[in-house]
Amino acid sequence: MQAFFARLNQALARPLGATPRLLVLAAALLLVAVYIFPLWNLTMFAPQYPEGLRLDIYSYKLVGGNGGQDIPEINILNHYIGMRDLATDDFTEFKWLPFAVGALGLLYLRAAVMGTLGGLLDVLVLNVYFSAFALWSFGYKMYVYGHNLAPTAAVKVAPFMPPMFGAKQLANFEVYSYPQAASYAMALSSLLLLAALFMASRNAPAEDRPGA
Amino acid sequence: MSWIRSRSAAFTAVGVLALALFVSRCAPSAPKEARKAASGTSDIAVAAQKTYVAPGDLDEYYFFASGGHSGQVYVYGVPSMRHLSTIPVFTPYPATGYGFDDESKKMLGDLTWGDVHHPSLSETNGDYDGRWLFVNEMNGRVARIDLRDFKTKQIFGPIPNVSGNHASAFVTPNTEYSVVASRFSIPIPKGTAVEVAKYATDYKGVITGVKIDPKSGEMSFGWQVLMPPFDYDLGDAGKRVSDGFVFFTSYNTERATGKLEVTSTQRDRDYIAMVDWKLAEKAAAEGKGTLIGGVKVLNPKDLPGLVYLLPCGKSPHGVDVAPDGNWIVGSGKLQGVTTVFNFEKIQTAIRNKDFTGDEDGIPVLKYESIKDAEVPVGLGPLHTQFGPDGYAYTSLFVDSAVAKWKLGSWEVVDKIPMSYSIGHLTAAEGDTVNPDGKYLVGLNKLSHGRHLSVGPSQPESSQLVDISDEKMKLLYDAFTEPEPHYAQMVKADKLKPIEVYPKEDNKHPHAVWDVKDAGVTRNGNKVLVKMVAVRSTLTPTDFEVKDGDEVTIAITNIEQTTDELHGLGILDYNINIVVDPGETKTVTFKAKRGTFAYYCTNFCSALHQEMQGYMIVR
Repeated sequence: MQAFFARLNQALARPLGATPRLLVLAAALLLVAVYIFPLWNLTMFAPQYPEGLRLDIYSYKLVGGNGGQDIPEINILNHYIGMRDLATDDFTEFKWLPFAVGALGLLYLRAAVMGTLGGLLDVLVLNVYFSAFALWSFGYKMYVYGHNLAPTAAVKVAPFMPPMFGAKQLANFEVYSYPQAASYAMALSSLLLLAALFMASRNAPAEDRPGA
Repeated sequence: MSWIRSRSAAFTAVGVLALALFVSRCAPSAPKEARKAASGTSDIAVAAQKTYVAPGDLDEYYFFASGGHSGQVYVYGVPSMRHLSTIPVFTPYPATGYGFDDESKKMLGDLTWGDVHHPSLSETNGDYDGRWLFVNEMNGRVARIDLRDFKTKQIFGPIPNVSGNHASAFVTPNTEYSVVASRFSIPIPKGTAVEVAKYATDYKGVITGVKIDPKSGEMSFGWQVLMPPFDYDLGDAGKRVSDGFVFFTSYNTERATGKLEVTSTQRDRDYIAMVDWKLAEKAAAEGKGTLIGGVKVLNPKDLPGLVYLLPCGKSPHGVDVAPDGNWIVGSGKLQGVTTVFNFEKIQTAIRNKDFTGDEDGIPVLKYESIKDAEVPVGLGPLHTQFGPDGYAYTSLFVDSAVAKWKLGSWEVVDKIPMSYSIGHLTAAEGDTVNPDGKYLVGLNKLSHGRHLSVGPSQPESSQLVDISDEKMKLLYDAFTEPEPHYAQMVKADKLKPIEVYPKEDNKHPHAVWDVKDAGVTRNGNKVLVKMVAVRSTLTPTDFEVKDGDEVTIAITNIEQTTDELHGLGILDYNINIVVDPGETKTVTFKAKRGTFAYYCTNFCSALHQEMQGYMIVR
């Protein structure tokens, strides 16, 4: 047991090779996408909306399709079922998410510079935790919007969960929900970290591998 | 008895024979021409394919037809000939609330009727630029429709001294001017009463140039020319080589009165007046002219070169300048030929002072020196349009047909019957420097039952003709609102209409964009109600005013979604407002005691019926 921990500590402290460091650096750079591209897109089609109503969710803002007009339109439609208006102020995510991604990026850079297997493992764990939390937060938001319907609504509908991924028919609307470039960049960033970890552990001498 | 029977049998036989002979001598059921080639029919397969615009598909051309004495402009799509929209201009139109809100009511003024004649699309370098549509009407007014939103933006006039503005609203090649002219000469200024016996000397025709601001399209008075008391009928601006001139046909150059169908048709030739508008512009800028009716009127007698008269037979109606600008086609409606003048020859004749006389000091050019051809198009030629390939198309009222002929060789190559009695005709961009060809629409005065009967008040007929091949082919009968005088056909992609009024462009002082800002403010007995219309509430949902208050409701449709129009109908008040998305309109009225419901008139949403409220007047 003692020996295992010793080997583990040794392994975690082991410096990374050039390629894994570059991969971590690339993973950090990929995070910049979160500030440029949307994370998620919801598109809704109905007979009256052949072009669809579109909503792009960024890490810090909501952008409606049709020159922004789709958000007021979605709100006008949703008020009939008593749903709350989509308002930027309601999304606390828009405040902490860009900050958290920035912090994550800095930690990646630190991991690339410090270059130990342990540091790499840290950011990978953080990355997974952050991604899972962000997804949960998004899902929870959708849940809240779909379930907190005003009891005085003109049109009563059963509380519902808008789709997080894929397509769903909601009343007269076909709703499509898919991740966008920023989410893919996040995912790719995780994969790069994973690849870096994989390479780092593969390149290690056999006796150094944890559990070997 | 048997002989009697056989005799009566013989009589019967003779009778039947006579009857049979008589019947066989009867007139045929159709005229010769019609039996030879089925007239007014189309090849079903060709026509169906050429005119079918599938549901959801768009037409290739906009077709703007004058609504005549309906006072409106009608918009159709070509080739489907579907009626797309009605643009109210000189007459209230409850469907869009036109003439009910303060602004359009003010624009219409006291005249709630106008006889719209000739739509004129704005041009740049002689080609449609898709910015504005100008239309004239007989009371001496010109209106500007903005093609950004298909709304009437300005009604200019009545213009002083003009009476019966028929030869209008033709624009010059860069939309510098829209012209206005008298069809019914009167003693001027208006308000002067002179007996008809003094018609020849004391009555005056007037030709006006309405100046158009190149940026805003805003119309203002440009110049006015005093003319002999002829009836100025139609006009067209010169283009390319003839740019700088406007041509007007005239009839009754006899200066006759009374039964004009006789008295005004005695001369073999009347005139086309050729006005140098650049000279008129210059003279007006120099302050020349005599003040009559509040405007400076230029007298051609004092300004040599301002006007020349081109003799044209007989009682000419349309004058149309060919795309190259050099040929000017004048159609004598009481002739079997249309006359083509040559602008170069006109200039030479002017240089050589090749005149045969004058009318009130205006030189009359020698006919033989300026004409190029008399084209035997057929009876009753009225108007000419042009194709891209050197062909011209002339409408023949009496023959009820369109003649196709070649410019230069003057050869008539084809004729197609029109059902019936064609007036104007419109080829695709057929009066510009770049005609498209393809389609032509005959604007017929009579439809004579080529449609389900709708009683004695019959619609006019507009017939779509394919002119892409050597032979013209009838494609489609459409039935249009009265009275399509002239129309213009413009390629759809030249227009870029908006579909909502952008919120940031709404500068109305009473516009409110949040239901929280809606409400009532009082200033003495003046009450301002700021109202918001959005699916599916009119806010405020009720308000109170006092008997005798002057109430102004300013309603803003805060939608920014295509086709989300809202209305405000107030019962028992003759109030009917329609606001497009992003638009604010006001209506002012005197409040009378009672409780009055108001509601959204323009079906907007699933809860449209609930979009209602109450005005309580104590």
